[in-house]
Amino acid sequence: MRRAWWLALALRAAAAAAQTPSGDEIVRRVDANLFAESRIMTSQMIVHGERETRTIESKTWQRGTSDAYTEYLAPARERGTKMLKLGDDLWTYDPGTDRTIMISGSMLRQSVMGSDLSYEDMMEDPRLERSYAATVSGSDTLDGRNCLVVDLTARREGLAYHTRKVWVDAERFVPLREDLYARSGRLLKTMRLGDVAEVGGRWVPRHAVYKDVLKEGEGTEFVIRSIEFDAPIPSYLLTKAALRR
Amino acid sequence: MIRFLLKGLLRDRSRSLFPLLTVAAGVMLTVFMFAWLRGVEASLLQSTAHFGSGYLRVTTAAYATDADQMPNDLALLGADTILAGLRARYPALRWTPRITFGGLLDVPDARGETRAQAPVAGLGADLLSPGSPEPGLLRLAAALVRGRLPARRGEALVSEELATRLGIRPGQTATLIGSTMNGAMALANFTVVGTVRFGIGPMDHGALVADLADVRAALDMEDGASAILGFFRDDLYHERTADSVAASFGAAARSTGRYRPVMETLRQASGLSDLLDYIAVILDAVIAFFVFAMSIVLWNAGLMGSLRRYGEIGVRLAVGEDQGHVYRAMLVEAVAIGLVGSLVGTAIGLAASYVLQVHGINVRALLKDNTMMMEDVLRARVTPGAALVGFVPGLLATVLGAGISGLGIYRRQTSQLFKELEA
Repeated sequence: MRRAWWLALALRAAAAAAQTPSGDEIVRRVDANLFAESRIMTSQMIVHGERETRTIESKTWQRGTSDAYTEYLAPARERGTKMLKLGDDLWTYDPGTDRTIMISGSMLRQSVMGSDLSYEDMMEDPRLERSYAATVSGSDTLDGRNCLVVDLTARREGLAYHTRKVWVDAERFVPLREDLYARSGRLLKTMRLGDVAEVGGRWVPRHAVYKDVLKEGEGTEFVIRSIEFDAPIPSYLLTKAALRR
Repeated sequence: MIRFLLKGLLRDRSRSLFPLLTVAAGVMLTVFMFAWLRGVEASLLQSTAHFGSGYLRVTTAAYATDADQMPNDLALLGADTILAGLRARYPALRWTPRITFGGLLDVPDARGETRAQAPVAGLGADLLSPGSPEPGLLRLAAALVRGRLPARRGEALVSEELATRLGIRPGQTATLIGSTMNGAMALANFTVVGTVRFGIGPMDHGALVADLADVRAALDMEDGASAILGFFRDDLYHERTADSVAASFGAAARSTGRYRPVMETLRQASGLSDLLDYIAVILDAVIAFFVFAMSIVLWNAGLMGSLRRYGEIGVRLAVGEDQGHVYRAMLVEAVAIGLVGSLVGTAIGLAASYVLQVHGINVRALLKDNTMMMEDVLRARVTPGAALVGFVPGLLATVLGAGISGLGIYRRQTSQLFKELEA
């Protein structure tokens, strides 16, 4: 009787282990859920600074994960500012000066529009599978959702964050929380994601709060107002010429 | 009597020439050292005030803590109201707002692409308002090398060194790439209308000077300022007054928190406190050393003179001259030598200092990596104090030397004098 009980317990544990996907599998599913051939998105970035809160609206056309074109719509000071990412290159166009500036080197560490995001964050390959090795380190509950906690370690040098800890919704494969660390183990940024909705057969977090822990302020909210997957993107849009259009 | 003593001094050069030369040399060195150190100190204070902290500086408390990093996210907001309050409350000072910032100056080619780029140390100051003290404080007219001073919005000056490095000429447009006070990227075009050389290393390396209103617009700092600087109207640093103004401002402050305005004196704001103390100690040490060394030398000279004049003094005592009278006569001689020596030394010291005040010494090569707001050409400064600083100790040292050496007169025994003289 006792032997049968142990056997049942072992079988149940094995079954549970078999049901829990590996870290790499979780990351692959997260990537598959979030990324498409193309997407067009309008969003709001609400920067909660220590002295004031600013809301910045933009529209982004994204092809794959390497090319993107963003046009800022509001406030008046930022209206008409554009940003173009083609592979590893990033340019910004300022209508006030009619200048296109390539953002490189130390400028990449600057904040995007004063938010908690840096240009370096924008330049990172968002597909976690390519950049990080993943292992499942446990489970947790966030906002009433069962989550798998996945530890990510950089596969190569030069990434902005050496390790990440990601809380992934165990059912929808959407990240709900991320802690981003430097190689030294120091926590650099945190992300909380929510308002998950199904869009075009994908689960999309439409609200995120980024917090640069080294920066004063209450963090930056990122709100997706609309998102469209696999929509056609005019080819002229993803060229430098489009910046001064 | 005095006439008799003076005649003795003039006829016996060994009694007068050596002590006189010694006193004159010592006084000259003291005057020169004093004027030189005062000149360096004044230059350092003025340059630091004009290009850095003012004689008094109002910033937010948070900005004051990290001022070296030019943290404009911590800048003063509502600066115009604060400025009006300062002008009304402390009219003895001239108050002016400034923005200091870092960034890149990007020079485009014909297609608008980056042709050259270099880091700049930016300064936004009120250059265009009528009656603004800024062009004078920054000595822009004297510093102008090529082109002209800004006359309208959108115009800027760059240092000659930076202009050469970027290959930019007056009349060309360059783009400032910086950071707004919210941390966003800031881009602004400026027409470079002139180049300047301030003779101050950190400014000459990569300065960009533009009107405050343009910098406010570029860095999204409407009604903001990194600091409001206060300048005494005679352009000298009056430390006690500065301390009392800062204390009065602090006492009247009602707001709290890290964005409250705080006032600091140049000594507090510039980080020069230790250096100023050091200069004061050096000045005191120079004078003390001079008095001590001169006293020793003149005491020694007096002793040698006494030995040489052993017979003379013996005869004077033997014929009945009072010891006190002989001693006083020697002191009067010392006063005469001290007066003449100090006058000569002061005159030569002041003349040498004046030459150095006019011409200065260029120490640019020695200050290559200097980050202090210090002029490349260091000058002496002739002040009324410089005239007294050597004269009084020169006279004092001579009298002290003669006084100590002359005490030997009282050790001579009148009964033994003839025996001594026979020998």
